[in-house]
Parts: sequence; structure tokens; C-alpha cells
Amino acid sequence: MTKIVVLVKEVPDAAVQKQVDSSTGRLDRSGEKTLNPFDTHAIEAALQLKESGALDVDEVVAVTVGPSSAVKALHKAVSLGADRSIHLTDDALVGSDVVGTGYALAELIKRESPDLVLAGQQSDDGQSYAVGAAVAEYLGWPGLTQVIKLDVDGQTLTCERQAEYGYDTVKVTLPAVISVGDAINEPRYPSLKAIMGAKKKPLESLSLGDAEIDASKVGEAGRKAVWTGSQEPPAKAAGELIEDEDTAETVEKIVAWLDDRKLI
Amino acid sequence: MSHDPTLNPGDVLGLDADLRDDEREVRDTTRRLVREKLLPNVAEWFEQATVPVELMREFGALGLLGLHLDGYGCAGASPTAYGLVCQELEAGDTGLRSLVSVQGSLAMFPIHRFGSDEQKDEWLPRMATGEAIGCFGLTEPDSGSDPGSMRTTARRDGTDWILHGQKMWITNGSIADVAVVWARTDDGIRGFVVPTDTKGFSTQDIHGKLSLRASITSELLLDDVRLPETAMLPGARGLGGPLTVLGEARLGICFGVAGAARACLEAAVDYARTREQFGKPIGAFQLTQGKLAEMVSRVAAAQLLALRLGRMKEAGTLTPDHVSLGKYSNVSSALEVARTARTILGGNGITLEYPVMRHAANLETVLTYEGTHEVHALVLGKALTGISAFT
Ligand SMILES: Cc1cc2nc3c(=O)[nH]c(=O)nc-3n(C[C@H](O)[C@H](O)[C@H](O)COP(=O)(O)OP(=O)(O)OC[C@H]3O[C@@H](n4cnc5c(N)ncnc54)[C@H](O)[C@@H]3O)c2cc1C
Ligand SMILES: Cc1cc2nc3c(=O)[nH]c(=O)nc-3n(C[C@H](O)[C@H](O)[C@H](O)COP(=O)(O)OP(=O)(O)OC[C@H]3O[C@@H](n4cnc5c(N)ncnc54)[C@H](O)[C@@H]3O)c2cc1C
Repeated sequence: MTKIVVLVKEVPDAAVQKQVDSSTGRLDRSGEKTLNPFDTHAIEAALQLKESGALDVDEVVAVTVGPSSAVKALHKAVSLGADRSIHLTDDALVGSDVVGTGYALAELIKRESPDLVLAGQQSDDGQSYAVGAAVAEYLGWPGLTQVIKLDVDGQTLTCERQAEYGYDTVKVTLPAVISVGDAINEPRYPSLKAIMGAKKKPLESLSLGDAEIDASKVGEAGRKAVWTGSQEPPAKAAGELIEDEDTAETVEKIVAWLDDRKLI
Repeated sequence: MSHDPTLNPGDVLGLDADLRDDEREVRDTTRRLVREKLLPNVAEWFEQATVPVELMREFGALGLLGLHLDGYGCAGASPTAYGLVCQELEAGDTGLRSLVSVQGSLAMFPIHRFGSDEQKDEWLPRMATGEAIGCFGLTEPDSGSDPGSMRTTARRDGTDWILHGQKMWITNGSIADVAVVWARTDDGIRGFVVPTDTKGFSTQDIHGKLSLRASITSELLLDDVRLPETAMLPGARGLGGPLTVLGEARLGICFGVAGAARACLEAAVDYARTREQFGKPIGAFQLTQGKLAEMVSRVAAAQLLALRLGRMKEAGTLTPDHVSLGKYSNVSSALEVARTARTILGGNGITLEYPVMRHAANLETVLTYEGTHEVHALVLGKALTGISAFT
């Protein structure tokens, strides 16, 4: 029997403008929230492993670290097919950086001792692309990122990673932490029945004390990365707009433009 | 002078905030289904006067069928959640909403409400998944607004029932595996669960429809169809049976047409802002703005009315009069909005390239089915005066 933990995060809705709050140095996360869209690929990957029988999965558990509103993300994860969920929430967690979040998640994962941990490639807000790796480090398990294909043979996973140029094929032995790329699958629609039933599935809410997590390693207290300031990226020179009135003439203009710059 | 718009035609009154999380999720999932899988194809289905039967399985897998019923694989969603699903489907096309309304409210609901345990066990789980399709046969060639005049009969032969007659305008008729048929017996009007492969049962599709084209409409022919005693719905006696069933579906219509109206408003606003004549967007002309103001008022009122009816249903305070009010008001508003949107889109408005004329044509059916506009006016008139003007 195999257990899969999927790491999920609540993020501001894609339509919400994101900015750093200069008074706290943290991301302003007000406004409509939703489940990080990248994490739906991790849930889908877990469900496909379960449904295809590639792994003998008896449970998919969604885990999040986040404020009280993050239960919504857990409900969504469960409506997509996770069997139950765990929510670590505590005032002392506010302001955790990637390392602190990774540590807290790793502690939660130890309590569950799963065979496989799946994460999204990035969050839609923080976009560090790093939590999966931090979790793997704390667990001392192999960690892979940007995985877009997963094949299982017993306890061995053969993963295809999207590398900068081409693909890497990597074999790992379970247990492992895998961050999946969004090209790995097409997440299913949640069933309306599962949506209506989501609140009835088990949701365990834990404080740092409940989970025996060291409060000095998370939140403001454990923070290693500090936001010091931000600035607009340098403005790019405006491009040149060519109106297409006569196509032959337009082509000539484009060719002349490219020629000027010795590009052709 | 041109600024960013400050009203969102998709949710003018911010009703989103009055929905529960699960209702919003259900709505968003259906909206996504409509946008990704239905809208790209619906114009073609409309043009070819068909709707793919396979959609039923897909809808079933998603839990759309019998969404508001409890047990038997159904989600047990709130009436409002069910209404929101209808709203999103009908923002796509009335035919798609009808596919789901007929299955969930007109076919599954009577079995769920009035059926025996055997009837429920036999049909509901398969209907919830879309494996079995249902239809509802009340209307006849000579009996429309006055269903009490129906001629289809069910007579006893030993313990069996023999059904004989003809049903007309039956949505999903020829693709159905089971028909809920209403017939006259010695004991008044009763409902029967008729497997469509029973000897003597046949169907004929109605062609040449200029409305609700992305939907199958058929005639049912019942030529001495022999059914066991157990085929009768034990819980429904008299016209109250089918009328209760129609009331259930009408709530979905109140929401549904608000969705069609919203889609037309959105298309019209978009067009008005981008189409230029006389050197400016047609949305800059006062006549166009007057039309948009009228449309947005109707859409906002329709959405508000639908949501109120859903909440009243949940609270147990909804009466048939309220549902008549909802159908009467919302369908005529939606039709008005669709026709006005059609004018804003000019020549493009009459094509299948844009949704407005398709909606306007579909809404002509909605004006007539599930109780005609006139019949609902009579219901409201009677409710207000205490005087019946039906006959
Ligand atoms: C400028 C700035 C401001 C910040 N402001 C805040 C703030 O206001 N409040 C705050 O809480 N944090 C804040 N943080 C911290 C940071 O957003 C979190 O530590 C975050 O959880 C870690 O990284 P990420 O979101 O970039 O995740 P990524 O590394 O991009 O995410 C990869 C995957 O890891 C998993 N994952 C990530 N986070 C979680 C989680 N919390 N629970 C479960 N799974 C997870 C998901 O599967 C996700 O797909 C801020 C960071 C920065 C740089
Ligand atoms: C596309 C489509 C799908 C349908 N699907 C189904 C289905 O699945 N199952 C089903 O059973 N039926 C279905 N119907 C039938 C529909 O419910 C009937 O068409 C409707 O009840 C009206 O009946 P009728 O067409 O016979 O019109 P009639 O009843 O003949 O009405 C004609 C006109 O007379 C008016 N009228 C009638 N009586 C009065 C009165 N007392 N006072 C004032 N005006 C009056 C009507 O309002 C209408 O304007 C469908 C119809 C359509 C068009």
C-alpha cells in the first residue's frame, strides 16, 4: 500500500494584481483566493498513479501551510480527488520564507510517512520554484523538479525532467519528492458531487504545537530571506509598429528593418 | 472621452458575494465546461439540429445529472447550486440546459419523488451517470396548455397496464432509454416508467425546428405498450404529479434564461465597444447606450430574482406562484435582451458566428414550454385576484 502526499498552496486569484506590501516586506495576499493552479497538476498526477494502478495507492493526502482561509484550497484539492487533507495554521507561521515553509511541510510529511510527495512546479504568487527542493532536503529524500513524465516500476520512478535544453531522464527510488511541471497532464474538472461533498471529507487542522514543529524555525523568527526593496524593471524602448495596408509593402518594410540590423 | 468600464456585465450586482464557496465552485466548473467544451461546438450542433448523445456521459461523470437529488449517486446540491449550473449551461445554449433539465428534473425527479424503491434502484444510478437517458411525456398533439384533456390512456389487462396514445414535443424522446409517460386511467392521471425498448413504443423526431435546434425533440407513439403492474409511479395521483415535476424544472429555467440574457449582454457590450461606424464605436451613440441600459437592468433583475427564488426554495417558502412569476418575468426579459443584443450586432447578429440570434431563437421555445407565457400570466392573475381566468 502506498500513500501520496500532495503539497498545495492557496494563492490570490490570477485576476488579482500582485504586489509587495512595503510596510511588512511580504506579498500582499488580499482579495479572492484560489488553489494554486500548478498544484492541480500534482493532484492529477497522484490520481493518475492511483487510477492506473501503477502504484497501489490507498490514500492521497493534500497538505498545506497557510492562513485559516487556506481551507478553501484544501476543499478544492479534495473535490479534485484527494481523500483527506491537513492544514497547518498558526500565527507564528506568518512571514515564513521558502526554507521555513519547507521545514514545516517536511515535519508534517514525517507524521504521515508517505511513499511519495508531489508538488507543483511553482506557486502562482511567490513563484520561488523552490519549496519542493527545500522539503526534499529536510526529509533527506531525493528531490526532482520540472518532472513532466512519471513511470513507475516497483519502488523505482523513471522521471523525465524538462531541462533548459531538452529533457533529462532520471531514476529515483521511493520515497521521493517530485515537483511536476504543468506539461505533465491536463487536470480534470472537479466533479460537482465531490465539490458538494468536499466539506465532509476529513480535514485535520494543526497548530505548530499540535504538530510539534519548532516555532523558532518558521515565520518571522526563522526567516532567512528578507525583502529589502523593489523597483520597476527598466523600461524597454517602444517597438516600431508597422500598419499592414499593402502586404507587399509591409513585407518590404519588415525585410528592410531586419536588414538594417544585420539580422538577415 | 473614454474610460475603463466600471460595471461588469457578467455580474452586475456582485451577486457572487452572496454565494457559498461550494456554489461558486460548482458554478465555475460548469462555466469552464461550457467555455472549453461546449461553446466551441454549439453553433455547429445548432446548425445541424443535433446534440451529441455522448455529452450525457460527460455530464454524468461531472455530476450534472440529478445534481439536486439525494442518494443514488447524485450530489444532493442546493437548489441554488442546481440553478447556477442551469444558468451557466444556458449561457452556452438553451438546448444544453434542456438536456440536463429534462434528465434531472423531468425524468429523474419524478422517479425520485414518486417512484417505488425498485424503480429508483433500477433507473436513478444509471441516469445519474448518463448511461441511461430519460424523457418526460406529458404534451400531446391536441393537449398542450390544457394537459387535463390528454387522450393517452392506460388500461388494466389482468395485472398488466396497456398504454395507448401519442405524445408530442418530447425533448430527448428518440435518444431516451426510459420515458416517464403520463396517461389517463380509471383512477385519474397517473405516471408510468416506460423502458423505450418495450414492444409498441416508437418515436419520430420533429424536424424543421427554428428554435432549440441543439436539442432532440420527438413524438412518442404508444401502440398498446404492455407494462407490468410495477411500471406505475405509486406516489403520483392526478395532474398534481406532472405539475409538481414541471415546477421543479422551472426553477432551473428561471436561472437558465438569466444566463442566456447575460451572455447576450456580454456579447453586445463587447461589440458596442469595438465596432466603429461614423468614426466612433457604436457604443458611443446614445441610442446604443439606451439599449445597453435597458438590457443591463433586465439582466440584473433576472439574476436577482433567480437567486431569490433559489434561496426561498432552500428556506421552504417557495410556492408555485413564485415560480410562475420567475418564469414569466425572466423569460420575457431574456428574450427582450436577446432581441436587443441582436440589433446591436447588426448583420453579424443574425449569424451563428455570434450567440445572440441563437439565444433569441431558443428563448422562443422557453417562452412556450414548461407552461406558456400566457398560462403563467393567468396563474399570476389568479394569485393576485383570486379569480381564475383559465376557462
Ligand atoms: C517578496 C515576498 C513576500 C512574501 N510574503 C509572504 C506573505 O505575505 N505571507 C506568507 O505567508 N509568505 C510570504 N512569503 C513567503 C513565500 O511566499 C512562502 O514561503 C511560500 O510558501 C514559498 O514559496 P513559493 O510560494 O514561492 O512556492 P514555490 O516554491 O514556487 O512552490 C512550489 C510548490 O511547493 C508547494 N508549496 C509552496 N508553498 C506551500 C505551502 N505554503 N503549503 C503547501 N505547499 C506549498 C506547492 O506544491 C507549490 O506548487 C513571501 C516571500 C517573498 C519572496
Ligand atoms: C422545443 C420544445 C420542447 C418541448 N419539450 C417537451 C417535453 O419534453 N415534454 C413535454 O411534455 N412537452 C414538451 N414541450 C411541449 C410544451 O410544453 C407545449 O408546447 C406547451 O405546453 C404549449 O402547448 P401547445 O404547444 O400545445 O400550445 P397550446 O396550448 O395550443 O397554446 C397555443 C397558444 O394559446 C395560448 N393559450 C392556451 N390556452 C390559453 C388560455 N386559457 N388563455 C390564454 N391563452 C391560452 C397559449 O399560451 C399559446 O400562446 C416542448 C415544446 C417545445 C416547443
